[in-house]
Amino acid sequence: MTAASTTDTASGTKMETHKDRQARIYGAVLLGLAVLVAGVFALDTAGDATFRLSRPRDPWVVPDLVVPAAPFNFFVAAVLALLGLRQFMRGGFKWSTVSIATGFAIAVAAFLVWATAGKSFSLTGMLSATVVAAVPIALGGLAGVLSERVAVVNIAIEGMLLAGAFTGALMGSLLGGWGGLLCAVLVGGMFGFILAALVVTYRMDQIIAGVVITLFVIGVTSYVSSQVFSEYRFLNNAPVFRAWKIPLLGDIPMIGPVLFNQNLFVYGALILVCAATYYLFHTRYGLRARSVGEHPRAADTLGINVYRTRYINVTLAGMVAGFGGAWFTLGSVGRFDENMTGGLGYIGLAAMIFGRWHPVGALMAALIFGFADSLQQKLAIVRTPIPSEFLAMAPYFATIIVVAGFVGRSRPPAADGKPYVKE
Amino acid sequence: MDVELRGITKRFGPVTANDNVNLTIRAGEVLGLLGENGAGKSTMMNILSGLYSPDEGQILIDGKPVDFEGPGDGIAAGIGMVHQHFMLVPVFTVAENVILGVEPTGRLDYLDLKTARAQVRDINDKYGLEVDPDALIEELPVGIQQRVEIIKVLFRSAEVLILDEPTAVLTPQEVEDFFGIVKSLRDAGKAIVFITHKLHEILEIADRINVLRGGRITGEGDPKSLTEQQLAEMMVGRPVSFDVQKAPFKPGETLLEARDLVVLNDNDDIAVDRASFHIRSGEVVGIAGVQGNGQSELIETLTGLMHAASGSVSFLGKDVTHASARERHRMGMAHVPEDRHKSGMIANFTIYENMVLNTYYEDRFSSGPSIKWPEVLKTAAKYSVDFDVRTPSIYLKAGNLSGGNQQKMVVARELERETKLVIASQPTRGLDVGSIEYIHKRLMEARDEGDGVLIVSSELDEIMSLSDRILVMFEGRIVAEFDTAAGPVDKNAVGLAMAGVHA
Repeated sequence: MTAASTTDTASGTKMETHKDRQARIYGAVLLGLAVLVAGVFALDTAGDATFRLSRPRDPWVVPDLVVPAAPFNFFVAAVLALLGLRQFMRGGFKWSTVSIATGFAIAVAAFLVWATAGKSFSLTGMLSATVVAAVPIALGGLAGVLSERVAVVNIAIEGMLLAGAFTGALMGSLLGGWGGLLCAVLVGGMFGFILAALVVTYRMDQIIAGVVITLFVIGVTSYVSSQVFSEYRFLNNAPVFRAWKIPLLGDIPMIGPVLFNQNLFVYGALILVCAATYYLFHTRYGLRARSVGEHPRAADTLGINVYRTRYINVTLAGMVAGFGGAWFTLGSVGRFDENMTGGLGYIGLAAMIFGRWHPVGALMAALIFGFADSLQQKLAIVRTPIPSEFLAMAPYFATIIVVAGFVGRSRPPAADGKPYVKE
Repeated sequence: MDVELRGITKRFGPVTANDNVNLTIRAGEVLGLLGENGAGKSTMMNILSGLYSPDEGQILIDGKPVDFEGPGDGIAAGIGMVHQHFMLVPVFTVAENVILGVEPTGRLDYLDLKTARAQVRDINDKYGLEVDPDALIEELPVGIQQRVEIIKVLFRSAEVLILDEPTAVLTPQEVEDFFGIVKSLRDAGKAIVFITHKLHEILEIADRINVLRGGRITGEGDPKSLTEQQLAEMMVGRPVSFDVQKAPFKPGETLLEARDLVVLNDNDDIAVDRASFHIRSGEVVGIAGVQGNGQSELIETLTGLMHAASGSVSFLGKDVTHASARERHRMGMAHVPEDRHKSGMIANFTIYENMVLNTYYEDRFSSGPSIKWPEVLKTAAKYSVDFDVRTPSIYLKAGNLSGGNQQKMVVARELERETKLVIASQPTRGLDVGSIEYIHKRLMEARDEGDGVLIVSSELDEIMSLSDRILVMFEGRIVAEFDTAAGPVDKNAVGLAMAGVHA
């Protein structure tokens, strides 16, 4: 109950609220983008940018999208400037978040147009790669959602992904793809269980427990990889799950190749996100899990077993992360390399926060990060003036911007990170 | 349903919280359970609800002994507890909170919220509770949240309802409504245990009274034949004086003046709305109001912990609107914060360290970068004696002290220097009667020596007995002012103002 909601008061006096400040910062960012787009992307460009929307062999061929680079980018700069100026006027405050999101989206479009001016670029190819790149991030984020919803901070996701990748490669080489996948999920679950034991039963600091698990996995897998896999190559030669086109749906132009001509991991991630949403928000056990994350004492007084709920959910989170980890090996190259997850587990955590601790939100956020990743890969091929090492920073850069700038006041589960001590 | 506790004893380490307690609870009756904080009321009720298991003794339901092993067992047997601190998930709806743990579900474990809502409405209608099943808990006033707690236990078919300090968070008018609900529950044949330390309430609502002190039942009786004085004596174990001694009211010059003060809380909502008032030397100004109506923000702004969005504060004739907490403090402002654990002391520091948290930088305790510990120790020892902080040693961690002694330590630190204005927020919350008397006495001494005193309390009785002037805050505004020096103030009128009803 706050005082303001019911009063019409103090409106006459001039006050700067947090929202005003935020609106002005957004305005400044948008104007800065406008200057960047006009000064660099629009002036320093010539010719048309050609975006390919389908492949020649597709049943329905969609004509290429041809954009005159300079005019388009000037137009974008104008829109950005307009949005930015609007932020400085009183009426602009309401739509701050929408404005800044739109602003960034069209600025990225301008960047793409600039980078492809005079060349041709496969848009569907990039979107398809976006979805693929989003898979481990989305699954990492989903693992985060599952454990933080019961108030266990899961820094160990990175380690669980890596363990899944390693197990997938090793057991996949020995037992075949499905066997490897199953083992990856089980090993992920095992680390989830270990995390739960450390933080729930032994009340170890959740951050430290997570870091310890991650370091342990990095150490063991790097050791085995450099000492054993290098000698016995057959142990690191797993089959790969190929793309499987869903009949009919896969033939839809644009959407088909992006969403319905992918491998098991993409479909699995989508199904898991839906299943987790149903579980958390529409079932009795989901309601109980969320209550444990928000107010464990209340849950306890109602006879809900707080500790068991945390064990189960954190173990499930580990299994999801193990599945996500297998993507690195069984879903892509079929072999394990040292530290091949490259921090995507942490980006998954960022996706969870950006997605407001909701499975669908985490998936959407993962798609943004995946987009940044595939963008840098594709642009490295089209040869832009920007060095590829610089482009490789894109996903991490996007993470910082998103977490620092846009998360704002999204609210974690109230008991997040706090151990529960029974009375 | 009748419940009997027979010879219940519960120990926590060396502390005996309940010592051979016998208690009978009968259907269709309100049993009042009176006792100070720490008398063992909550322990006993937690045993009854199955949260704790007793070391000795038996619980009998309708004459048959039962054995509770977990928190679920009490409610399964029909004993429901409404906790003092609500056990509600703030981001859930009323219906979700009510069904949590006993959810109606359909196929695929699908939560059947439709049935849940209907059931909540049924209970609403039966007992006249009027709660919207789809409202979010965090958006409901505490009075309604309390009803949700009651619906929760009724939903679980409780026959015995334990209400732990249920009126602590309510306005006087909400208390009236609440008593109406309690009576309708009793008339429907439920057994009610009403736990409180407020004497007049227990006399009004209880059909039978048990008094608990030091873990034992020390008195039993019929509210019709007992007086507040007798109950207080049973509760404390000695005669208690309700009167506060104070010198005649002789206000001096204005010390602090707030003009059109507006404060925004962390969510940018208006917490304090154009508050204007003054405090003079030699007077006690009490701010009455239900918790969460802007008192905390007002105090933090006056003491320099929060920024005013607009308006001004002047202290001793100087504009201090933008002065830091330390500047105000050096000018003679003392602050006893509302939550001693959060902002009054550092539990992991020793008593002597806590005693100089506000003055350690002064020349008498510091030379250059180093602290003169011998000086600190000497001073802290003196403060502890002066303010009756009962501790075996000042080397002890502050967290090990009892609440009353912690508060005396904080008060000692704030008052043991040249002060002009004392701002005390909830100065006696959660303290035993002895400590309350002592702290009141000290605050009155400050007033009689010519200090201005500002007291915020959610206990209306405390405000009424201490203040020379009473300001009432509602939704961030000061909605009423009462002058007790001019004549007796109508408590009802203050209560109405607290609820936002203009006289």
